[in-house]
Amino acid sequence: MAGNREFFNRKLHSLLGVIPVGVFLIQHLVVNHFATRGEEAFNSASHFMESLPFRYLLEIFVIFLPLLYHAIYGLYIAFTAKNNTSKYSYFRNWMFYIQRITGVITLIFLVWHVWETRIQAAMGADVNFQMMENILANPFMLAFYIIGVLSAIFHFANGLWSFMVSWGITVSPRSQVISTYVTLGIFVALSIVGIRAIFAFV
Amino acid sequence: MSEAAVKSKTVRFSVTRQDSPDSAPYQEEFEVEYRPNMNVISALMEIRRNPVNTKGENTTPINWDMNCLEEVCGACSMVINGKPRQSCTALIDQLEQPIRLEPMRTFPVVRDLQVDRSRMFDSLKKVKAWIPIDGTYDLGPGPRMPEKKRQWAYELSKCMTCGVCLEACPNVNSKSDFIGPAPLSQVRLFNSHPTGEMNKAERLEEIMGDGGLANCGNSQNCVQSCPKGIPLTTSIAALNRDTTLQSFKNFFGSDRV
Ligand code: HEM
Ligand code: SF4
Ligand code: FES
Repeated sequence: MAGNREFFNRKLHSLLGVIPVGVFLIQHLVVNHFATRGEEAFNSASHFMESLPFRYLLEIFVIFLPLLYHAIYGLYIAFTAKNNTSKYSYFRNWMFYIQRITGVITLIFLVWHVWETRIQAAMGADVNFQMMENILANPFMLAFYIIGVLSAIFHFANGLWSFMVSWGITVSPRSQVISTYVTLGIFVALSIVGIRAIFAFV
Repeated sequence: MSEAAVKSKTVRFSVTRQDSPDSAPYQEEFEVEYRPNMNVISALMEIRRNPVNTKGENTTPINWDMNCLEEVCGACSMVINGKPRQSCTALIDQLEQPIRLEPMRTFPVVRDLQVDRSRMFDSLKKVKAWIPIDGTYDLGPGPRMPEKKRQWAYELSKCMTCGVCLEACPNVNSKSDFIGPAPLSQVRLFNSHPTGEMNKAERLEEIMGDGGLANCGNSQNCVQSCPKGIPLTTSIAALNRDTTLQSFKNFFGSDRV
């Protein structure tokens, strides 16, 4: 790419957060939501995803590598900030700080979640309704899943807001206020989808 | 001091001092007699006349920077009660006491409250915050600027390189080489000038370099803190749009220059 490495890396980080990682997050939450229609509906939805053609290719290039890039570069970005919300307690500064906190929480949650499900599946376990039921029967894991899912959704919704600024889509102050409300709505809507799915296993 | 000092109203200060660029900072308390309409600088001048701290010890006069005394030069910025601002317009009547004075640590401290803002002037040179009009012959008058646009640009031109926006930004710190909001907004100013526009791509490419625009994380503290009310975050978002288009042009080529 002509131009500069850092500029390109940052833009790539921003883009990957939405496409494909953000799109995958929505898709994953929607599939999980089938659990509200009972065990069978969930199992058939998840088996449909598992039996997609080019499954490994899709998993590696649409999920794993983009997420890995976004997470590692995101950690670097998060830890180069010197957060100062105690001195400058403005709304956007708090969002900036929470974006970084939820990024780190999401990363911890994802490592655990991938280990518990996808890695176990690779080692022969059957990932299905019953597995999630067993995991979420533990109240600590239930709390961990709720926090992890809400973090990921917040991070994605607020990330959409900053994505639109980073690419020069929302430029004027008014457009940025409107997109704050829109992304807040996305946060609430996806949270309902995510939390309903979790409680369907309980 | 005698009875008069006891009776009259006083103003208390807690100043973070530092004797040289690499020596350790320390705290010193001062008390000066209150006068109506006093500001932080007039109080500092009062302390300079008689540099004695509250313990009654003789000390060195406090060092600070100033020039215009009317909030247009930006030299006198310091952190007053936790917020970076100009000390020449910080009125004592509006400040909670003891008034805490600290240097803006985002910049190298020269001595006491005086900091070295060279990095900002270097950034202005880097982003070519001027309009090149020199030629080997008379280039004649440039294109005219509509009055409405001139008024709009005037707002951006109010920047006094005071450093407050860099001090407030969580992404401007010793771990990062982000140039900060002020020089970015200047790129928007000079790129929108009808003659300055002729070097638009050069300036955009400069801020697409290391430490440039992409380091902004949208905390938006800058726009909340700028004493001149410059729409810094609008400038940043507008430049995000311009650099995105510029990067496409650089990569794919373009039918336009
Ligand atoms: C569910 C997974 C994730 C999704 C959907 C996601 C999505 C996003 C989006 C859309 C953005 C906005 C990009 C922009 O500001 O232009 C973003 C920013 C960010 N993400 Fe993520 N992300 C995820 C995981 C992570 C992880 C694991 C980390 C690691 C700590 C992380 C750290 C960050 C940071 C620090 C930013 C701010 C970048 C900036 O302001 O310059 N993210 N993310
Ligand atoms: S943009 Fe505002 S806060 Fe920043 S240096 Fe200029 S005048 Fe100071
Ligand atoms: S002395 Fe110039 S801004 Fe205060």
